[in-house]
Amino acid sequence: MAMLEVKDLAVNYGVINAVKGVSFHINEGEIVSLIGANGAGKTTILKTISGLLKPVSGTITYEDNPIQKYKAPKIVAAGISQVPEGRHIFAGMSVRENLQMGAFLQNNRAEITNSFETVYARFPVLKERINQDAATLSGGEQQMLAMGRALMSKPKLLLLDEPSMGLAPIFINEIFEIVKAIKEQDTTVLLIEQNAKKALSIADRGYVLASGKVKMTGTGQELLANQDVQKAYLGG
Amino acid sequence: MTTLFQQLINGLSLGSIYALLALGYTMVYGIIKLINFAHGDIYMLGAFWGYYTINYWHFNFIFALLSAMVVCAASGVIIEYFAYRPLRHAPRITALITAIGVSYFLENGMSYLYGADTRDFPQVIKQVNYNLWGVRVSNIQILILVTACLLMILLQLIIKKTKMGRAMRAVSVDPDAAELVGININQTISFTFALGSSMAGAAGVLIGLYYNSIDPLMGMTPGIKAFVAAVVGGIGSVPGASLGGFLIGLLETAVQSIGLSAYKDAAVYLVLIIILLVLPSGIFGKNVKEKV
Repeated sequence: MAMLEVKDLAVNYGVINAVKGVSFHINEGEIVSLIGANGAGKTTILKTISGLLKPVSGTITYEDNPIQKYKAPKIVAAGISQVPEGRHIFAGMSVRENLQMGAFLQNNRAEITNSFETVYARFPVLKERINQDAATLSGGEQQMLAMGRALMSKPKLLLLDEPSMGLAPIFINEIFEIVKAIKEQDTTVLLIEQNAKKALSIADRGYVLASGKVKMTGTGQELLANQDVQKAYLGG
Repeated sequence: MTTLFQQLINGLSLGSIYALLALGYTMVYGIIKLINFAHGDIYMLGAFWGYYTINYWHFNFIFALLSAMVVCAASGVIIEYFAYRPLRHAPRITALITAIGVSYFLENGMSYLYGADTRDFPQVIKQVNYNLWGVRVSNIQILILVTACLLMILLQLIIKKTKMGRAMRAVSVDPDAAELVGININQTISFTFALGSSMAGAAGVLIGLYYNSIDPLMGMTPGIKAFVAAVVGGIGSVPGASLGGFLIGLLETAVQSIGLSAYKDAAVYLVLIIILLVLPSGIFGKNVKEKV
């Protein structure tokens, strides 16, 4: 049984029907990557899973519960946490406060302390900057903060929206290494990327989206080797 | 020198009232980008609550103040729920006009129910004047200053140290990200209205005590001045609103003391115009670029 099953999902973004009947699933312990050009509907799908957008039709089933009508806080409580595109850290708040916000629904102090330790172990650079205003961090550090914040809720499923966007190459490699490490610690990952080559190389399975529909699916390696995918998304 | 100190005391007392009011403007603006023009009328409600409870239920000052804060907090939450929440995704101007409508509704509703006459606020605390090195200070002025400062410190602690306070700041920086960490946006907005309105309620009781007179339209001018104070301090900034309130209070007293009483309101609006021209984001305001 899949951990998350998306079936015939259709979502409008404003007046545009951005997603037109998409189905895919994620098994526990996998990294699944959605790739596709700008406007393929990737971010819309992610926002719908995390409850920021409501679907027009279709179902999202998570651990056997239909969650497409849940609001965002309830989705977080259920164990799905999203790292939004463009990081969206809380500017004007310290690194520590940003992480604290990630554990907003957690009331057990011991659990929160434990989450802090896990996140600091994963991202030592954040620990060095705990009292710094989050807005003063570099792009790569902000991405780590956004990921750390999402991990503070101890999610079972982590949704990553373009984690490598706008980062220096050295950080891009680091971020992908971290994603792999997160998976190894039993967090399932749904990864959205324009950097399809990197994304597919760490993904167990992938789906290729175009114009709001799934065009192709396969394991990460299969898609990497596929001629059409290479031509369209991997730069030949 | 004595005159200067005298005006300083008077200005600070008045300024602390503006500061309390300005906090509500700035917090509500910070979180939903709405200039809540009905905010001054919440202050009027607080004053009327004080008037009735002291006169008819014989509340003492502390009890009148605290109950006015609770009642005003509830009014703020109710107003937000019925008037502003349905317009959450409407253009900003729609909500702004609604706020003006709510303001008129409260002013005229109160005039209709209780009459438009000016009433004497009951002197629940007898005024005593102290003479300190030639400067006349009343116990009421000290009470206002101390109460206002305590409330501002309390508010600052709530915003900085509590979970709800952090949620408020998070929602005002980035509502989407706030929702993604599990914050209930509606609840947070209600909480913000409750906090801001309770400050206005306290200010209403304090001004009743200070000026001795209240009427249903009493919130209009102080409301607008407190709005100016919030803009001067940098709208959206909590310390800015406190500072702006004190500055406007001092300015008004200064203009009065040099014999231009008739122009004291004009001076405040002049400051608004100047600030908007030379420092549109205010003293503590961040120059935020609109995101596309």
